[in-house]
Amino acid sequence: MSTATLDTTTVKADFPLLSREVNGHPIVYLDSGATSQKPRQVLDALNRYYEEINANIHRGAYLIAEQATTAVEDSRAALARFVGASAAEEIVFTKNATESINLVAHSWGRSNLSEGDVVLLTTLEHHANIVPWHQLAAERGVVIRWIPLDDDGRLDLTDLDHLLDGVRLVAVSAASNVLGTLPPIRRIADAAHAVGALCLVDASQWVPHYPTNVADWDCDFMAFTGHKMCGPTGIGLLWGRRELLDAMPPFLGGGSMIQNVTFEGFTPADVPTRFEAGTQPIAEIVGLHAAVDYLEAIGMEAVRQHELDLTAYALRTLMERFGDDLAIHGPHDLENRGGILSFAYRDIHPHDLSQVLDQHGVCVRAGHHCAKPLMKVLGVNATARASLYLYNDESDVDALADGLAAAGDFFAF
Amino acid sequence: MAGLEDLYREVILDHYRSPRNRGELETPPALMAEGFNPLCGDEIQVYLLLEDGVIAEIRIGGQGCSISQSSASMMSAAVLGRTPDGARELLRSFKEMMSIHEHGLDGEAISTDDQPGASGLGDLEALRGVVKFPVRIKCATLGWNTLDQVLDQAGT
Repeated sequence: MSTATLDTTTVKADFPLLSREVNGHPIVYLDSGATSQKPRQVLDALNRYYEEINANIHRGAYLIAEQATTAVEDSRAALARFVGASAAEEIVFTKNATESINLVAHSWGRSNLSEGDVVLLTTLEHHANIVPWHQLAAERGVVIRWIPLDDDGRLDLTDLDHLLDGVRLVAVSAASNVLGTLPPIRRIADAAHAVGALCLVDASQWVPHYPTNVADWDCDFMAFTGHKMCGPTGIGLLWGRRELLDAMPPFLGGGSMIQNVTFEGFTPADVPTRFEAGTQPIAEIVGLHAAVDYLEAIGMEAVRQHELDLTAYALRTLMERFGDDLAIHGPHDLENRGGILSFAYRDIHPHDLSQVLDQHGVCVRAGHHCAKPLMKVLGVNATARASLYLYNDESDVDALADGLAAAGDFFAF
Repeated sequence: MAGLEDLYREVILDHYRSPRNRGELETPPALMAEGFNPLCGDEIQVYLLLEDGVIAEIRIGGQGCSISQSSASMMSAAVLGRTPDGARELLRSFKEMMSIHEHGLDGEAISTDDQPGASGLGDLEALRGVVKFPVRIKCATLGWNTLDQVLDQAGT
C-alpha cells in the first residue's frame, strides 16, 4: 500500500528512540548517513525471531530450524525484489557494505586482476571503496585511477574515455556520504561496459533513500548495508550478476560454504551459499526483512519525495538564516544531490559545532566521514554533516538552525 | 549534566583565539613529529629545538578543534624551558588528568611530584572538564602524544 506522501508524525512515532531526550532536549537525530534509527516493526521482528524460531539454518530437520531457514530465504527474496535483482540467489549476505566490497576485491579481484590492470575510483569514495583496492594494488600491482570532481562537487566526466583506458573495474558510489552528490550510474556503467570493464556500485547511501533497480543501472555488483535502511547492524549485502558470482571463488572458508570436504580439499557450494561461511547473522537478516517491509509499505517514491522536499527546506532555511556565514559543500541543485548536508559554519571547527549542537539535543556528525581523499580535495580536515531521513521533518531542520545560531553566539570572538 | 562551560573554560577559549608558539621551525636543527586524530582528521605538527639540554623553542602547526588547539598551545607554553625529562613529567601528569579510568568522571586531584619546575599543571587544569566529554579526550591529548613522539626522536 504505497502512498504518495509520507506522514512524518506517524513515521516518527514508529521509532522509539526518537522519543527520548538528550541533554534536556528532545532528540533531533540528523546522523542517518552514519546509521538510521530502527522502527518498532524491526525491533519486534528481532524479538519475535529469538522468542519463537531461533535455530541455526540450513541444518537440523526440525520445525524451528526449518522456520528459521525459511525466514532467511524469505528475506533474501524480499531484498532481491527491493533492488530489482532477477533472482534471490544474486543476493549474498555479508556483515556490511565494507565486507561486500572486500568480497569482490578478494574473490573477483584476485582471480581477474593482475599487474598494470586499472581500477577506476572516484574522488567521492568512502574508505570502504578505496582501501580494498589499495590492498590489491599493494599485493599485485593493480593501478588505481580517480575520476575527479568539478567545482560543484559533481563527478567531472569530461575525460571519462581517457580515464577508462586499461580499466577492468569501475567502482563508484551511487550517493556520496559527504556531499550528497548523486553520480550518473547508468552512464558510468555503460561507459565501463563499452571498454569491457565491470561496474561496482557502492549503494550504501542510495538504497535507503531511493527506489533501486540494478537492471536500470545495468551495473555488475552492488554493495549496500542494512543498518542505514532501518535494519539492524551487522548485516550487509552484495548483489552480483549470477554469471559473475558463479565464476568467483569463495572469499571466506568454513562451515556452510561447501558441497564436500575431504582430507585432500573441498568443493565449494553454489552461490550464494559459497560466500556465506559460518553461522550467519540470522536475526539481523530477519530484522532487515522487516525493514524492507516497512520501507515498502511507505513506498520508496514517497521517501524520496519527502527527503527532496526536506532538503529543499533545509537549504533554504540555512541560507536565509546564515547567509555567507555558512558554506554547504557539494551540489546545490536538488536533482544532483540527496539529503546529506556537509557544511562549514564561520570558522568554528566541526567538532566544536557538534559539541554545542549536542547540548541542544541535535546529533550531527563531525569529522572526515571516512573520505580523507575527498577532504583533501575540499581543502578541509573535517566537516559537520547533517543527514536527513524519512523520520526527519522541518522542526528538526529548525532545531539545527537554532543550534547553529547558539554555537555562533558561543564562539563569537 | 555536564554543560558547555565545563568544557570550554575561558582560558581554553583564550588559547584557541590566540594560540601560543604557533608556526614552524627549520628541520634540522629542529625535530618534528606529526600526529593524527583518526576520528576527526585533525592533524598537528610539533617542532622542537633542544639546546643545552632544555627545550629552547617549540612550535605548533596543523589544524584542529578548540580543544586540541588550546591544549597544544598551553602545552607549548608549559614545556618551554624544561628539560625533556621535565616535559615528560608534565606529560604524565596531564595524561593522568585525562584518564577517566583512574580518576572517574568527577576528576579527583592529581598527584604532583616534587621535581623542580614540574610542580603542577597551571592553566592546563582548565582542561580537566574534558574528561566529562570522553570523545574529546583524544582531542586534548593529540598535541601531547605528538610531543611524546618528538621527544622519542630526540633520543631522550
